[in-house]
Amino acid sequence: MRFVEIKNLEKTYFGHGFFKRSKSAVKAVDRVSFGIEKKSVFGLVGESGCGKTSLVRSVLYLDPPTSGEVWIDNTLLGGLKSTELRSFRRRMQIVFQDPNSALNPKMNVQDSLEEGLVNRGLEAGHRKKLIARMLDLVGISPSHSSRYPHEFSGGQKQRIVIARALCMEPDFLVLDEPVSNLDVSIQAQIINLLQDLKKELNLTYLFISHDLNLVAYLSDRIAVMYKGRLVESGSTDEIMDHPVHPYTLKLFSSIPGMETTVVADDFTTQEATPASDGKKVAVGTNACNYCDSCPMAGRECREREPQLETIDGSHKVACHKFSYRDTH
Amino acid sequence: MAINQDSTLSITNNNLLEIKNLDVSFIQARGTAHALRGIDLTISSGEILALVGESGSGKTVTSMSIMGLVPTPPARFNAGSLLFRGDELIGRPHAEMRKIRGNEIAMVFQEPAKYLNPSLKIGEQITEMLILHLGMSSQQAEEKALAFLDVVGLGKSRRVLNAYPHELSGGMKQRAMIAMAICCNPSLLIADEPTTALDVTLQLQILKLIRNLKKTFSMGILFISHNLGVVREIADRVAVIYAGKIVESAANKTLFENTLHPYTSALLQSIPDAEKRGQRLRAIPGNVPDAENIPKGCSFHPRCALASDKCSREIPLTRDYGNGHFAACHIIH
Repeated sequence: MRFVEIKNLEKTYFGHGFFKRSKSAVKAVDRVSFGIEKKSVFGLVGESGCGKTSLVRSVLYLDPPTSGEVWIDNTLLGGLKSTELRSFRRRMQIVFQDPNSALNPKMNVQDSLEEGLVNRGLEAGHRKKLIARMLDLVGISPSHSSRYPHEFSGGQKQRIVIARALCMEPDFLVLDEPVSNLDVSIQAQIINLLQDLKKELNLTYLFISHDLNLVAYLSDRIAVMYKGRLVESGSTDEIMDHPVHPYTLKLFSSIPGMETTVVADDFTTQEATPASDGKKVAVGTNACNYCDSCPMAGRECREREPQLETIDGSHKVACHKFSYRDTH
Repeated sequence: MAINQDSTLSITNNNLLEIKNLDVSFIQARGTAHALRGIDLTISSGEILALVGESGSGKTVTSMSIMGLVPTPPARFNAGSLLFRGDELIGRPHAEMRKIRGNEIAMVFQEPAKYLNPSLKIGEQITEMLILHLGMSSQQAEEKALAFLDVVGLGKSRRVLNAYPHELSGGMKQRAMIAMAICCNPSLLIADEPTTALDVTLQLQILKLIRNLKKTFSMGILFISHNLGVVREIADRVAVIYAGKIVESAANKTLFENTLHPYTSALLQSIPDAEKRGQRLRAIPGNVPDAENIPKGCSFHPRCALASDKCSREIPLTRDYGNGHFAACHIIH
């Protein structure tokens, strides 16, 4: 079993209608399975509303999944008691997208970082040493630890958030769009930092982003998510060199600056109709999620849902149509 | 190589907008923030000029100055002029600016969700402009609004016209914003990071739309962005702004293929992609300077790998490197 193993994870949000009358449920994550090797980076790509964040929250048991299993280092998270889960959380930490809202403006850096360590039951001297070491590691001078978040720039705040996660000495770190709120010239600094930390502390990353260039640069394996389901996964080379799923192809052709010339607009795109932008997740249909927007959808796609199947090496895709195309 | 202090010499009269040596500062209790330190820009009809820079570099102050939306005080126009079709915009009375704004110069904002009024239907928000600026009757205005919804790719749909902003998706909202901006047929469109809040697939569609608008209506477009990939896709000319100064400007292809300024090339090198896997990214050290304490001399020198003594003493002049390629740096020859 791999270091992180996700099996058939499902997360359904049940709506409460007026006077608790049952409202239709939204399946945000639908039968997702994947594994992450120790000390590797797993990149998860998808557009906003596709379920990336729901998936991450379920994996960390911040929002326990509706069904499915999460195994981290041979421990089944669903099988832990709440106190056990609490102490296990030390080993899995998360870095959020926006450092401004992730740090408490009324707590100075020292207090922010110390909070978790107090909960871990470390004594004051040890805490101080650990905080100084982590701040040093992320490139913030430990002498600044009595400062408040507003005294730092965006990039520095993100470094502090990373230091706070590292204070717990985790071995699995979830990075939820860690650089998308930062300036272009600062992004590269943080990415380099994340790579150094991974080497130095033997970390395993689950990296979430909508920036395909960045995911391709950083990840060992990539999974593409669409409307709660994984549509394609494989090693970075497999996905970048031979993307197969029509949705992956569409995503890749949308990367700006990739020598894709902007041709005349075709106004026939499905975007012009409301509620077809990947935000609504239909429940209980047997069709492929993507069949309404897919250029090559056939009858089969509307009748039977494709499953994630291995096509080559570790490259998996969920599409009925891939075999009709030359994949190499 | 001729030192071109006055780059306006070469400007012909068909320029839609000429910004000459615009210098704006904000006076605050804690000190003066020098937001723009003398920038020169020109936009002609049917051209997309991209203004690239990081946050705090002065992109938004530039666009707000053009729109006449910078309040004075706290702002102060120290020097320079903004010529729109040859007429000065700075110091115009509010009543006159209101006639120009929305009518001849229109703007599309970064987050459509923030700039659309949540309590008014899309149709009401579009027709408001037509009735106000063009004096149409409400029926005429509605017909026109429908036609413009069609132009921006929402179809001639009364459903969209009668929808409130929250009923539309992000991409549709941005299209509706663009419809609002162009319905009075402005000659200059300012697009302030119009795709930043959108997903990649939607981003491409909006970029295509803006390209089409330029062609169909031969508008001049000032496209503000921090994303070099997007800029490369859409711009005809690119100007790179750093700490309130244009450090390099050139035609799109020239800028990306024959980069002169160290800041521009450092930015380009720091962008990750699949080909750089396994290598370290060449990050730019340090932080973007804030407008209150801009470094002496060349504002980029503390972060520049090539900086010499001279760079920390003298502000480099903007030189012409041929074919409309301008850069301000001591060390390029």
